[in-house]
Amino acid sequence: MSTAANTAEEPIIKCVGLQKWYGAVHALKNVDFHAARGEVIGLVGDNGAGKSTLIKILSGVHTQDKGDIFIEGRNVSITGPEVAMGLGIETIYQYTAMVPEMSIAQNFFIGREPLKFGRPGLGIVDRAKMAREAMEGLRGVGLHLRGPDTPVKALSGGQRQGVAIARAMHFRSKVLILDEPTNHLSVKETNKVLDHVVELKGLGITSIFISHNLHHIHPISDRIVAMARGEKIADLPAGEISVDEMTRMIS
Amino acid sequence: MKLNVRNLMARPEMAALLIFVALFVVFSFINDRFFATGNMTVYLQPIPELAIVAMGITILIIAGEFDLSVGSVFGLSPMVTVLLMQNGWPTAAAILAGLMIAALIGFGNGLITLKLKIPSFIATLGMLFMARSFAVVLAGGFPPIFPRELDVSWLVGRLDLGLVTPRVSLLYMIAIALVLGFVLRRMDFGHWIFATGGHPQAARDMGIKTERVKMACFMLCATLAGFAGIIQSFRVKVIVPNLGTGLEMQAIAAAVIGGVALTGGVGSILGAVVGTLLIAMIENILILSGVNANWFMFAVGAMIVVAVVLNTQTRLKAEGMKG
Repeated sequence: MSTAANTAEEPIIKCVGLQKWYGAVHALKNVDFHAARGEVIGLVGDNGAGKSTLIKILSGVHTQDKGDIFIEGRNVSITGPEVAMGLGIETIYQYTAMVPEMSIAQNFFIGREPLKFGRPGLGIVDRAKMAREAMEGLRGVGLHLRGPDTPVKALSGGQRQGVAIARAMHFRSKVLILDEPTNHLSVKETNKVLDHVVELKGLGITSIFISHNLHHIHPISDRIVAMARGEKIADLPAGEISVDEMTRMIS
Repeated sequence: MKLNVRNLMARPEMAALLIFVALFVVFSFINDRFFATGNMTVYLQPIPELAIVAMGITILIIAGEFDLSVGSVFGLSPMVTVLLMQNGWPTAAAILAGLMIAALIGFGNGLITLKLKIPSFIATLGMLFMARSFAVVLAGGFPPIFPRELDVSWLVGRLDLGLVTPRVSLLYMIAIALVLGFVLRRMDFGHWIFATGGHPQAARDMGIKTERVKMACFMLCATLAGFAGIIQSFRVKVIVPNLGTGLEMQAIAAAVIGGVALTGGVGSILGAVVGTLLIAMIENILILSGVNANWFMFAVGAMIVVAVVLNTQTRLKAEGMKG
């Protein structure tokens, strides 16, 4: 699984010396992190290890106190979720980041509605385009749902994650952060989400996969990054470590 | 797109619409003075004022916040406008100033709620008293005399439609309803309002500036309340500092009957209008029937419960149906 991780290439994402404090708590201590194009990285660690903080910085929910982030070699400052998404970093959250009362098409384009007229915030949405592209996007990940106007509350947890992944794909993400996407999902739905990650790898998309379930992470990851107490404690190819060793390392 | 029963039933204002049509038919049969030219004119008269306030409240509740100060703003805006006119300000400038005071109060509500992280229920309860007090202080013990000679026909003149002669303000209400309905359903900002109230975390994580959305809704709600107050004051050609006292409860009742969910993210402009029409219709039929007027509050209360129960039931049924 090492073909995609071409070391000669500039990493798609590189973090140098990231530090983050929440008040007196030093949540992230001088963490370096990088990912290559098409690489799948399993980010593991116990609660409070700092993996959440790291990905919240990358997805723009928090901002680091120190350190630099480079996207394709360019130093960037990720000041908000919209900035992260603009840079091609999409996040799949455990809770799916969907508004249950709104339709599939509306959720697909939430905050980024295609407009027929005007500019963002003062625009008339192109509903036909939303419906069409949302359905195309869903077919792209092998999801065949009732229709673009179906409210998301009518979908199962797995279907919602499918919509979230299709949404990230549609916006041509380069880096996909999956934050515990398989929690609360059935075995079948979990496998489907894992399949998606493998498919994305084929499209050259980098995935950073966070999960408590090491059995989910291990088979699909190229590289395992382990964190504890706000530090990176291991960073090695997945082939060089077993699930049992991972468990011992982080607990 | 084909019209299907399931989507229709899932619409938030459905229950209110059904009750409205049913009661309208029933009342027309039991009292022949109800569906009569004169009575319909009387019935429509105060509708725009309450409906405009209810529309603002509806949008704010959809965004996930609340405003108890609308009744006070309803009194304060025309107070400012009339006082400025007395001091020689041109009407347009005086009205604009009245609306700006309302917007400022909405801004204050938003600031207290969003920056100081206080529930808007509390923040606007405080504002209810502050804005009312401000109106009383401005009146200075004696309410100012409304300039009787002022031409108000452009706002509240009679509109001769043959059968009924409602006020021109009804056209303003319809225009506002159309614009707000368009914003909610067809514009990206409308989507952001529903997302902000429907799931704030998701809205934020998808890059929507939820605080800005809420602030805009606070200001819109207050401005509409101020405008409605100006309409009423111009209609009755009187300004008293207690104008609009208790109106917040009627406006919230209209919004809730119209299908707005207090949890946010669900509601419609049409619902606010139908909710208003229903409340006013209950009041109208009680007066026509010579029933003790004190039953009005009972009827409105019962209506809230019935509408919300019916709403919940139809929505649950719609969800259970296979589309």
